[in-house]
Amino acid sequence: MKNEATSNVFSSRFSRFIRSEAMGAFWLLAPSLVGFSIFYLIPFGQSILGSFEDRLGGGLTLSNYQELLLSSSFQKAASNTFLFTAISVPILVAISLLLALFLNQRVFLRNWLRTAYVLPLVVPVASIVLVWQILFDWNGAINAVIQHFGLDRRDWMKSEWAGFVIILVYIWKNIGYNIILFLAGLQNIPGQYYEIADLEGAGPVRKLFGITFIYLTPTTFLVVLMSVLNSFKVFRETYLVAGAYPHDRIYMMQHYMNNMFLSLDIQKVSAAAVLMALCIMALVFILFRTERMFRSFME
Amino acid sequence: MNDVIKGWGAPLLRSLLLIPIAGLLLLPVVLPVVNSLMTKREISANYGMLGKTDTSSFVNLKWIPDWVSFQQYKEVLISSPQFLHLFWNSVYMVVPIIVGQTIVATLAAFAFGKLRFRGREALFFIYLMTMLMPFQVTLVPNYLMADRLGLLNHPSSIILPGVFGAFGVFLLRQFMLHIHSSFIEAAKMDGAGIMRILVSIALPMVKPGIAALVVLLFVDYWNMVEQPLIFLQDAAMQPLSVFLSRIQEDLLGVSFAVSVVYMMPMVLLFLSAERYFIEGIQLSGVKG
Repeated sequence: MKNEATSNVFSSRFSRFIRSEAMGAFWLLAPSLVGFSIFYLIPFGQSILGSFEDRLGGGLTLSNYQELLLSSSFQKAASNTFLFTAISVPILVAISLLLALFLNQRVFLRNWLRTAYVLPLVVPVASIVLVWQILFDWNGAINAVIQHFGLDRRDWMKSEWAGFVIILVYIWKNIGYNIILFLAGLQNIPGQYYEIADLEGAGPVRKLFGITFIYLTPTTFLVVLMSVLNSFKVFRETYLVAGAYPHDRIYMMQHYMNNMFLSLDIQKVSAAAVLMALCIMALVFILFRTERMFRSFME
Repeated sequence: MNDVIKGWGAPLLRSLLLIPIAGLLLLPVVLPVVNSLMTKREISANYGMLGKTDTSSFVNLKWIPDWVSFQQYKEVLISSPQFLHLFWNSVYMVVPIIVGQTIVATLAAFAFGKLRFRGREALFFIYLMTMLMPFQVTLVPNYLMADRLGLLNHPSSIILPGVFGAFGVFLLRQFMLHIHSSFIEAAKMDGAGIMRILVSIALPMVKPGIAALVVLLFVDYWNMVEQPLIFLQDAAMQPLSVFLSRIQEDLLGVSFAVSVVYMMPMVLLFLSAERYFIEGIQLSGVKG
């Protein structure tokens, strides 16, 4: 009798649990979780382990990291990637902020202009590469213009200038993305703030620094983060134009990792991936922390 | 009169600054289109010297073909089936990824966005972090698993990680968060199950999100280069995006038409769904 009662309580609890939100969530998440674990989480865990594995068998070691950090091609790739990001991201953010500020005011053909700025995002790399060659080849259009003005032509992709060229391509490609984010941020600033500033007689410069830039700061953090992440994608265009071993100036992390893949040096690739993941996480953490500090400072 | 100048002057000045920049940005779209309408002879006259060091002549940028011809398109679309084959390779990988990721991500995003369960935030954080990782990082685990499952050199080594990518979950969750909880609570009061709520309440409300996801995924995967380079050794399996970069000089005559054919699906989809594209980018920007 007593036994039946407890089993009743148990079964009703159990059925409630089955029908509960948590159970529903579990079933909905199941397909994603299984695939995500198989293709991302588990193998990433494995590659963390692999990065500490001794290649000669057995035992955990730091030798992969040591070898990696001492290898000159890794140093070159890492410092090039870092340098590229450090130079190109501020330029990109500044230009796209400026253009977004203009586009947010009264302008002719505004919607057409916005479309034109965003369109590069959907142009396939193949077309970019063709145009790139036409422009920056030894016999290309840029050299033609340069020589027309009596200057010496240069080998853009096979000299120090290659770094400059990929910064241009990066900016061209990503400007639209950042403009969209900035425009959304600008439209979120309440119009009343400007009206009050007008009533108090604030000039345009004062309004720009006192209202626009302050309230745009959260958006700017985000734009910086996305720009950094997108800066790792410029490898595509670089690879397609300059191949697996480009000029030293533009030998990036992805070149290094691709070449390690092809030589099947999985331990080293894993170690490089772990280091890179750590860097990205540190960056995200720092950006979010400063943003939070900024927010609490504003309130 | 003065007022008229005041009213129109500043916007006009801004436009005069912004329009040339737009022209510059559109160059890589316009140039292939113009060149694709030239005859092969004109192409080789204008661009034959590319990549050669033993000549002092320069390329000749022309904005209007001497003779508008569809010779290149005829050759690409009719005479040489290899291009269509590579085009098909791209479609064959991109469509399953879009369909698969949209379905898997809709289910997961609803759970993350609208259901309460323990560990939700922590789990979502892992997805978010994975999404932020560049290819250079995620390719390693993808490769290890493809190797173990024996998928290397097969399109599924690209399709499967694509289906389970974290981006769709993230983006659709953003749209799910915008659904007001009172709709869901009301449906629960009426005794609707979770599946029922998802299908008849959440799904119609996140339609713009699904449109945005489809456009953004298409743009991303139609353009993929890193994955096929590493996972597919067989040149016949490569998508057109990789092949186009290896075009030799003798193919220069048709390369513009090929790149226009490859660009068109993306540009048309973008122009017809620009609103969703932009909405998607805006929401992929709002932090989770």
